[in-house]
Amino acid sequence: MNPRHLAYWIAAAVLVGLPVVYNQPYHLHVMVLILIWSFAYTSWSVMGRFGLVSLGHGGFMGVGAYVTALLWNHFGLTPWVGIPVALVCAGLLALIVAYPCFRFRITGHYFALVTLALSGIVLQVITATRNQTGGSLGYTPERTKGNAIAALQFVDKETWYLIALGVWALGIAIWYWIDRSMIRYAMEAISEDEDAAAAAGINVTLEKLKITVLSAVMTALAGALYCQYQMFISPDTVSGISVSLQMVFAAVVGGIYVAFGPTVGAVITILLAEGLRIGFGTKAVGWDNLVYGVLLVVFIIFLPKGILGSLLARMKPSGKH
Amino acid sequence: MLVVESLVKRFGGFTAVNNVSFKVEKGEILGLIGPNGSGKSTIFNMLSGTFPPSAGSILFEGGELAGLPPHKIINRGIGRTFQIPRPFRRLSIFENVALAGYYGQGSHSRSKADESAERALAAVGLPVERNASVDGLGAAGLKKLELAKALATEPKLLLADESLGGLDEHEMDQAADMLRRIRDDLGITIIWVEHIMGVLMRVVDRVMVLDHGEKIAEGLPTAVVNDPRVIEVYLGTDAHATQAVAAAAAR
Repeated sequence: MNPRHLAYWIAAAVLVGLPVVYNQPYHLHVMVLILIWSFAYTSWSVMGRFGLVSLGHGGFMGVGAYVTALLWNHFGLTPWVGIPVALVCAGLLALIVAYPCFRFRITGHYFALVTLALSGIVLQVITATRNQTGGSLGYTPERTKGNAIAALQFVDKETWYLIALGVWALGIAIWYWIDRSMIRYAMEAISEDEDAAAAAGINVTLEKLKITVLSAVMTALAGALYCQYQMFISPDTVSGISVSLQMVFAAVVGGIYVAFGPTVGAVITILLAEGLRIGFGTKAVGWDNLVYGVLLVVFIIFLPKGILGSLLARMKPSGKH
Repeated sequence: MLVVESLVKRFGGFTAVNNVSFKVEKGEILGLIGPNGSGKSTIFNMLSGTFPPSAGSILFEGGELAGLPPHKIINRGIGRTFQIPRPFRRLSIFENVALAGYYGQGSHSRSKADESAERALAAVGLPVERNASVDGLGAAGLKKLELAKALATEPKLLLADESLGGLDEHEMDQAADMLRRIRDDLGITIIWVEHIMGVLMRVVDRVMVLDHGEKIAEGLPTAVVNDPRVIEVYLGTDAHATQAVAAAAAR
């Protein structure tokens, strides 16, 4: 076993064992949030790293959260079934939006604009169907009186920490799997030159769709998880343009070309949001978005590889990106 | 092998290719020449599926290609190069070629792709080393890479688009010899679009000449360069140029 693998195993053991030795509830809560959002940001970067800049991922997250909660409240459908249904819905939504874009070569800024509209539409639909979804006041899955496992509702933070850790690790694993598969080469080629990629035999539309649907489904899972953990969702926290922008910001700041970049981004954004909330209370509502906006511009200009990406590139000068 | 019948391509009111028919026999090298804007590249783009023809048919080994997307045409066994090399700069040389081997053959097998990539790189004379960067290649190297990408798709028919622009005379000769070797050693049929007539005439079996989207001559190189219509549209009436080309063809 080489030292790198050993380090990974030790890090994994420390992360899994952490709640046994340290379980201060607020700190665990922040860790769970970081893990869930890290997974969401990683999901975004799965396609974002190939130049497919989506500003619609808030929409997919909203679908994941709301479909799961609505099925539970209205039909008593356990999240174990509800979440897969929600993931399928998000995947279909991604197909419906992305297929025409890719088929008719809507790329770059125009693709970003189309997806931006998606964020807005999902938010509007949730708000408009307020009789079912609670509208902008938010929505709460009903507390179960029966089996906690069947309802995927747990009171203790330790359980949630382990679930979030597992899902986050799954996200990292998917990231690595793509990084090593032929899909990565195909997507790099497509992002550089679609015609040349097609001349190499790549079905450009299909490859882009695959990565987009994967990314959307993963993001929806993050939304469902967030819903089950927080037991409260509102259009502003799981859908909409600000959530989408937050994903872009965090992924870019952390680094979209490295596996743990979005995770670093999540640590920074969530500590920033929590810090502002504790330091300034309600006076600072929305400040984090302002800071995000300014930092995003600064990062795109001066540190396009993100914090982690730049650090790793400096440590290893022969790095590819 | 390839039978093209009354191919037409219109862009709005402009007819880029007008009613062109030709055949390509297995194992031959067909040269496709004509002045700028004569429709050579448009024909290539239709053969490779970049855009569909407005009318006409393209039969390849008995199957219709007109209207198929590029990746399906490549999977049937037609590889192409681009006039201006279009490498993927974020991938290494080997990855560029292996990618074409993986997707171009339609089999999606990584070991087969690696094998084809090694063979293709060796055939064009590029290093088979895994991590060599594209940035180290000059004009001649990029053209070789372009050719290796096309070869890795294991084509039966290769569409080579103006492979020699930007090379010096020595490199041009080498490249022309390479195309001939590809045909002789690998048994790949070739359609070669080229501006530089001299080198082309030396290698091809037959030539087809286009002007304003129409075929004006077809036949053996020696016959075509003496065709008065070809001399007029392609060479103007400059007697020196005519003689130069005739001399090149005779060589």
